[in-house]
Amino acid sequence: MILTDEQKAILNGEKGETLSKVLQTVIRYGELFGAEKLVPITSEYNHLVTSFGLKALGPVYDLMNQLIEAGAVSGQKFSVDPRPLDPNVPKNFLQDFIFKNFMYSKQDFYEDQLNKLGLMDKDAFSCTCYMDAVGNKPKKGDVLSWAESSAVVYANSVLGARCNRNSGIIDIMGSVVGYVPYFGLLTDEGRKATWVIEIKTTKKPEAQLLGSAIGMKVMEAVPYVKGLDKWLGNELDDAACTYLKDFGAATASNGAVGLYHIDGLTPEAKECGESLIAENAKVYVIDDAELQRVYDNYPIIWKNPNAKPKLCFMGCPHMSLEQLKSWTDKVEAGLKEAGNAKVVIPTVFTAAPAVIKEFEKTPYAARLKATGVIVSYICPLMYMNNPLCGKMPVITSSNKLRTYTTARYYTDDEILVQITGGKK
Amino acid sequence: MKQFKGRVVAPGTVTAEALVSHGGLNTLASFQKALQFGDKKATCGDQNNADLYGKQMAGKALCLPQTIGSTTGGLVIYCACSMGRQPACMLFSQPIDSLAGAGVILADIWLEGEHTKMPVVDSLGEEFLNYVKDGMSITIKEDGVVEVN
Repeated sequence: MILTDEQKAILNGEKGETLSKVLQTVIRYGELFGAEKLVPITSEYNHLVTSFGLKALGPVYDLMNQLIEAGAVSGQKFSVDPRPLDPNVPKNFLQDFIFKNFMYSKQDFYEDQLNKLGLMDKDAFSCTCYMDAVGNKPKKGDVLSWAESSAVVYANSVLGARCNRNSGIIDIMGSVVGYVPYFGLLTDEGRKATWVIEIKTTKKPEAQLLGSAIGMKVMEAVPYVKGLDKWLGNELDDAACTYLKDFGAATASNGAVGLYHIDGLTPEAKECGESLIAENAKVYVIDDAELQRVYDNYPIIWKNPNAKPKLCFMGCPHMSLEQLKSWTDKVEAGLKEAGNAKVVIPTVFTAAPAVIKEFEKTPYAARLKATGVIVSYICPLMYMNNPLCGKMPVITSSNKLRTYTTARYYTDDEILVQITGGKK
Repeated sequence: MKQFKGRVVAPGTVTAEALVSHGGLNTLASFQKALQFGDKKATCGDQNNADLYGKQMAGKALCLPQTIGSTTGGLVIYCACSMGRQPACMLFSQPIDSLAGAGVILADIWLEGEHTKMPVVDSLGEEFLNYVKDGMSITIKEDGVVEVN
């Protein structure tokens, strides 16, 4: 790899042994993927994936201590994924015991480390750091050292920033040295689409289902999606951004997509059009039958497939303000139709702390509370990782949560019927 | 005996029993329980991986296409190595992915002691994953050559 004089000096230990090892890590990481140089990070803030003080990750906290003690911290502040615990979310005594004594017993310790390393503010815990209320929204062309697959794919695709699918720890190490290796999604070539997706559905496809189908088909490749602007329009308004947030998270978790282009909608597709499609790109046609096939093939890993759901999670990734409002309307209407006053399954809507604050300023908050829905900043995935929670029949419309846990996926409409007790 | 040639990601030589995942390894789902509850055998906890679920991963020659899942994957590999619960080696049929690559490099640079080492070879080809079966004996040589018996 070609290094600048400044980078060579750091590598030679002129700014300390720890910083030298950090740079060595970033360089070797890049060399593995053919990077020939490092480029400066240009975003205002970083975003880290590791938000949880999981007892099992002791070696990570030891490593963070090494950075703190050596003063090898970044000038760039950061947001981080959601907190793993929220007292408002239902749990029984034993589940709580496991959470506090076996799983997240290092939470306070780790949050103290995050503060020393440069956390933006005490509420900067969300996988949707790019929401206006949270304030970590990169500009088009910004170079990032982010981790969190759903945030990376959103930043690349919807915001036009440039970021690879980095692992935890690599995210902070890039930020500490101020450089990331130039490869993959940072390059023009790496942003070319090697798959063309043709949407031929008769109605607007479910975001989480469409993303899942595409992710499982293309894995880590870049897809260029045609025919979706028919349903989403040609402007990145709140509704389109919310759709793409959920769509992207499903492509990134059901596959390993780090960037997608939506014809006529996302910034690079609007600018460059089909010139973004690489030669000999493969084609995947998605119609109603294909989406149904994908849905029907999800494994059901509940012990009793007919069990009555004990909990419903919505918001993985965290919901937008627009989603919280529209779901308030939907839940109210569903309850009215079903003749119920409150949701019949304990239901948790999750969103960033700052988005929740904005939501609470609106009349929707009291209306949603009246339906019995709990609004929380928790990470549902971290909740479900508790083995005792994993044994519960939990439902969700998140394909990310389905992929990583035992939660069972239903479409938004199906979830609404279940939680409101409709269509008996 | 059959030989395959790949690229050395983390150096080292080792002989171990093969454990094969034909689908991507979800690193967090596979290792989380083992790391959390002190399982020294690192029994795979990923219910979605029929090849590995319930099997011991520590000390095995883990053969796989790539890793998938959460971007915590790299730090999970790092922790498994730090605690001595890592596979004896990891053998990727495809080029290593960015998450596993990060974990392997972090472990190689930041951890000390023989018990933390894990040789890794990637780009062994699809034929490798088709040929190798659970229980076969695998030897990694320094130059990226992998012998399967």
